[in-house]
Amino acid sequence: MTNMIRSLFKRPGDSIMVSLTFIATLIILAILGVILGTITIIGAPNVTIDFLIKSPEAGMTEGGIFPAILGTTLLVIIMSIMGLPIGLITAVFLHEYAGEKSRLANIVRFAVNNLAGVPAIVYGIFGLSFFIFFVGAQIDNIFYGGSLKWGKPALIWASATMALLTLPVVIVSVEEALRTVTQDEREAAYALGATHWEVVYRVVIPKALGGILTGGILAVSRGAGEVAPVLFTGAAYFLPELPKSLSDQFMEMGYHIFVMSTQSHDVDATKPIQFATTLVLLLLTFSLNFVAVLLRRRIRITRR
Amino acid sequence: MAEERLKIEVKNLNFYYGNVLALKNINLTFMDKFVTAIIGPSGCGKSTFLRTLNRMHELYPDQRVEGEALLEGQNIFLLDAMELRSRIGMVFQRPNPFSKSIFENVAFGPRIRGEKSMSVLSGIVEDSLKKAGLWDEVKDKLKESAYALSGGQQQRLCIARALAVNPEVLLFDEPTSALDPIATAKIEELIVQLKKIVTIIIVTHNMQQAARISDNTIFMMLGEIIETGPTDKIFTTPKEKLTEDYITGRFG
Repeated sequence: MTNMIRSLFKRPGDSIMVSLTFIATLIILAILGVILGTITIIGAPNVTIDFLIKSPEAGMTEGGIFPAILGTTLLVIIMSIMGLPIGLITAVFLHEYAGEKSRLANIVRFAVNNLAGVPAIVYGIFGLSFFIFFVGAQIDNIFYGGSLKWGKPALIWASATMALLTLPVVIVSVEEALRTVTQDEREAAYALGATHWEVVYRVVIPKALGGILTGGILAVSRGAGEVAPVLFTGAAYFLPELPKSLSDQFMEMGYHIFVMSTQSHDVDATKPIQFATTLVLLLLTFSLNFVAVLLRRRIRITRR
Repeated sequence: MAEERLKIEVKNLNFYYGNVLALKNINLTFMDKFVTAIIGPSGCGKSTFLRTLNRMHELYPDQRVEGEALLEGQNIFLLDAMELRSRIGMVFQRPNPFSKSIFENVAFGPRIRGEKSMSVLSGIVEDSLKKAGLWDEVKDKLKESAYALSGGQQQRLCIARALAVNPEVLLFDEPTSALDPIATAKIEELIVQLKKIVTIIIVTHNMQQAARISDNTIFMMLGEIIETGPTDKIFTTPKEKLTEDYITGRFG
């Protein structure tokens, strides 16, 4: 090991490059370390069982964040139910059914890549104007005689907006997973008399399942960390009650942090809770990413 | 040798990759329960020809066939492709088991044909693995991943998988080119055994292999048939100068 390091510094050009990359790496690690360190040191003492199962009290300066944890959980679950199947089917179409030269497939890929670059707040505005002012309002007009039931911020619209936001992540990573199934295996199935659909359903998807799940988890963790899309579409400042229906508003962890640090009547008093909430949110997304990494490792082992 | 009966007859077959003519006016016959070897230098079209017989080329839109190939008098290109592929099975150059258990690999063909009964499937799996000479090695680990097997075992598993749908013809596309000599010898032995139950067409660029296991040999070059005949004749007294040059190793 020391020999290797010494040989890296043998030539003057090399030693400059090695030092530069080393410093760059250190800076990144230091930034990450400071952020995580601060959050953990200030937040950790406040993350108690009570904090996880209680509602905010005394103008958010005391109590817990249970409604926000529940809201975020419901949000990602409903978002996954809405978004994952569409993403999976789109990716299967793009990779398994559309030909290499298919114009439609290229248009869809172009659209997906562009969607991935759209700022999250734009999704929020889109969700507000399309899902709430158009879809929701039409439902109210047709089924509820114009009374306000669905044409307002709600769990379902926030989930739908979030599903749109995560769709590109799902499509790209599922397509990536499908690409790992070799042509050899497809031909083996065809040579046994399998139809196109049987090849996809019995060979390609089972083989790519790990990668598909990874894509799903990455999408969920992306969604769990976003605030902007739910800002106008369903997240509430504070709710005394938990959401009971898809048309109810809900509290969300990221939004809760934003509210406490900017909208509270006593921002300083909420600081310990802000840090604790951030820590919980980080742990949630980290553990989701960690599961994704484990899944990917498993696939790499089972793959030849 | 039993009585000679025609199994496959190929008439005026041309094959195109896009606009490139890759097989020129192929006329061939394959006898039932014979091992027929197709030899020739790399790029001569022998694998391309083999893949037209179970219509694997149809998976690729720019590949096109003209002419006829008759299986028991029926034109292969007019049959249902899925049905055809269960009558003409294929073993590929590289072992390509599915990432499933050994059992599920062999049961794949019967399953997509709708067989659900576990006792029937178990019977087919055992029978096919026995025919492929693999049963004794894997009978205690049928539930394990096929990837846990060695390359030679994987190739025999692929043979068992192909046998599980009771094909009439088995196509082998250089089945031993990725295997060591011992595994190769086992596959060759197996092919000689299997000709009791299926017609075998094997593409190989290993001339000794063709000489060892085949009854008839076809020599191809640049997309054309140069010479066909009984293997011992081709290898001892070839009629064509090109054939002689190739089998004596003057080019290849």
